[in-house]
Amino acid sequence: MAAVTPDQLHDHHHGPTGLMRWITTTNHKDIGTMYLIFSFIMFLAGGVMALTIRAELFSPGLQVVEPELFNQLTTLHGLVMVFGAIMPAFVGFANWMIPLMIGASDMAFARMNNWSFWLLPPAAILLIGSFFVPGGATAAGWTLYPPLSIQMGMGMDMAIFAVHIMGISSIMGAINIVVTILNMRAPGMTMMKMPLFCWTWLITAYLLIAVMPVLAGAVTMLLTDRHFGTSFFNAAGGGDPVLYQHIFWFFGHPEVYIMILPAFGIVSQIIPTFARKPLFGYASMVYATSSIAILSFVVWAHHMFTTGMPTAGQLFFMYATLLIAVPTGVKVFNWIATMWRGSMTFETPMLWATGFIFVFTMGGFTGLICAIAPIDIQIHDTYYVVAHFHYVLVAGSLFALFAGAYYWLPKWTGRMPDEKIGKLHFWCSLIFFNITFFPMHFLGLAGMPRRVPDYALQFADFNMLASIGAFGFGLSQLIFLWVVIKAARGQGEKATARSWEAAEGLEWTVPSPAPHHTFEEVPVVK
Amino acid sequence: MSVDSEIAAENQRVLKRLIVGAVAMFGFGFLLVPFYEKICEVTGINNILQPSKVTNTQVDTSRTILVQFDANIHHDLPWTFRPLQTAVRVHPGELTTIAYEVSNNRPEAITGQAVPSYGPQVAGQHFMKMDCFCFTQQTLAAGESRTMPVAFVLDPALPADVTTITLSYTFFEIAGRRAEAGRAGGHES
Ligand code: HEM
Ligand SMILES: [Cu+2]
Repeated sequence: MAAVTPDQLHDHHHGPTGLMRWITTTNHKDIGTMYLIFSFIMFLAGGVMALTIRAELFSPGLQVVEPELFNQLTTLHGLVMVFGAIMPAFVGFANWMIPLMIGASDMAFARMNNWSFWLLPPAAILLIGSFFVPGGATAAGWTLYPPLSIQMGMGMDMAIFAVHIMGISSIMGAINIVVTILNMRAPGMTMMKMPLFCWTWLITAYLLIAVMPVLAGAVTMLLTDRHFGTSFFNAAGGGDPVLYQHIFWFFGHPEVYIMILPAFGIVSQIIPTFARKPLFGYASMVYATSSIAILSFVVWAHHMFTTGMPTAGQLFFMYATLLIAVPTGVKVFNWIATMWRGSMTFETPMLWATGFIFVFTMGGFTGLICAIAPIDIQIHDTYYVVAHFHYVLVAGSLFALFAGAYYWLPKWTGRMPDEKIGKLHFWCSLIFFNITFFPMHFLGLAGMPRRVPDYALQFADFNMLASIGAFGFGLSQLIFLWVVIKAARGQGEKATARSWEAAEGLEWTVPSPAPHHTFEEVPVVK
Repeated sequence: MSVDSEIAAENQRVLKRLIVGAVAMFGFGFLLVPFYEKICEVTGINNILQPSKVTNTQVDTSRTILVQFDANIHHDLPWTFRPLQTAVRVHPGELTTIAYEVSNNRPEAITGQAVPSYGPQVAGQHFMKMDCFCFTQQTLAAGESRTMPVAFVLDPALPADVTTITLSYTFFEIAGRRAEAGRAGGHES
């Protein structure tokens, strides 16, 4: 055998360089990085739409945008954030971390992994490009309810195709994750030894495979109603718009868990590290996650209490929804029990994780209030619902994503995140988040409807407060960019392999930054 | 190497199963359509396109209800559509027949579907239509006019505070409901 030259030792990737490297890469770390960058760009794009909305709502009357554009903005804000920012960000984490956590050298289907990423940019272009076609983007709301979605112009068709493409991408990504976790674990890494992030993603991936095709079916029906003379949802031809709502929410409620279960996983990785104790109730976490996933299929009509459902139906969906609070409560309990009497320190990732528990739980409680049918009939389609789902999605999913990003940044870049700037990011986000969304509870209770560009005078003060908070929140996110760029440019404290004092798991046994190829030599887990 | 190819074969096997699962769920989405229709039929929700079954035919002469008729055309359906009488007074339980007139002003055959709605909404459950042009699609030849009856009974269980009911029909065009560009939500008034 020839002597090993330094060149061969050099950890690297071979093959095309420059742009072609990124287009053709099948490396899980490269693909993970691309997912993360893509989702951050979409997060900024959705954020600009949100700030335009808040600028319009700063005071009563119409001043910044026309009502038509306003409706397009609320619709696209929702679609871009859900399908462009939150979901791809979690897939990025899965790509980067799952092989490292289970001791696999890459994802099971590396080539398919590349395709699932590269489907996303065309979908994003379709969505954002639809603002510039005649009639503008779809303005039917992110739920794309008929009859509006049957009447819109070609922006609606573009959104439908974008949903198709993103759906295929998520299904391919999900299949890859399931196969990787089931078949590629290192010897000794049994299912019940797997880090919780892998468990929550496994269950999420099954949810994705089960419900993304249903959404694809629903928007396909919209498309044929629009162009091919079918009448699934068209009352004139004997169809029923309420049917769409059933199909959509059969997808939609599991979808909200798709956006929160991986967040639970991230938080379950971080809390034990900084409490310096193993996770409390590991097995119960696995069971709680599975029961949340199963229950999520039988609660969808809690989004439809006002559609004239029979009382028996309302009661069923109300109780089933309230039941989900039990496994969710188990999780929150376990996190707090993990912290209990731990030697806690509050580095940036832990701050975000603790903030997550606090604020997400508030969103869980408002969810319970929405789930009570007689109350929901009052607050449905008001700002109360907007407050609820931003507490669970922004303070839930997004905060967990930031927690994870700070936690694994050393593994990605080889540099510790700057604690000072990271903490500044956290506190600004937490405070501005609450200034933005807390007043929305009061607005909703007072009767302000959602998706309106103008409102009655009595809502003016809280709206002004929310708009100020929103601009603060939006600008605070640039601080994150600063931390990441700093670490990526190799500035700041060098990270060791373990990075955090008490971090456990295979990902911390490889050097920081993780070399291009890891676990070529299969590790054995004892 | 053989371990590797074993894993690869196993991966392919799971991949195929998951793809079958995903395709099956795509089909399941469509399956929800007949499933939903069946549930509505069994539970009696959403039966606007079927004749009602009347069980109570006791005429309650102590009450008189004013029933008003309204007619609308959706979008640019080139039809003229009007009730032949604007209102009638009826007793609950009494069989009443009224008529609408519709004519096609275009030199081509067009198919339309009328969809009823009620004011107040609660009256809908008590408005029993035995016969209605809204149960089927109507095809009018070029220039054709047609008089179409509606036979109905008001259920005597109609809440006591309802004294006036408005029955309103909207005719939708069945063919040609494509979404042309520029027909975008915001840009029509
Ligand atoms: C304890 C758990 C939860 C309960 C009981 C719950 C309950 C509800 C209910 C009843 C509604 C319908 C309100 C209405 O439209 O009138 C709703 C809306 C919503 N929830 Fe939750 N929820 C919970 C957790 C979550 C989580 C974890 C997420 C996402 C991460 C989420 C995201 C949403 C979204 C996006 C909507 C609004 C959808 C729309 O109409 O646009 N929820 N929730
Ligand atoms: Cu839900």
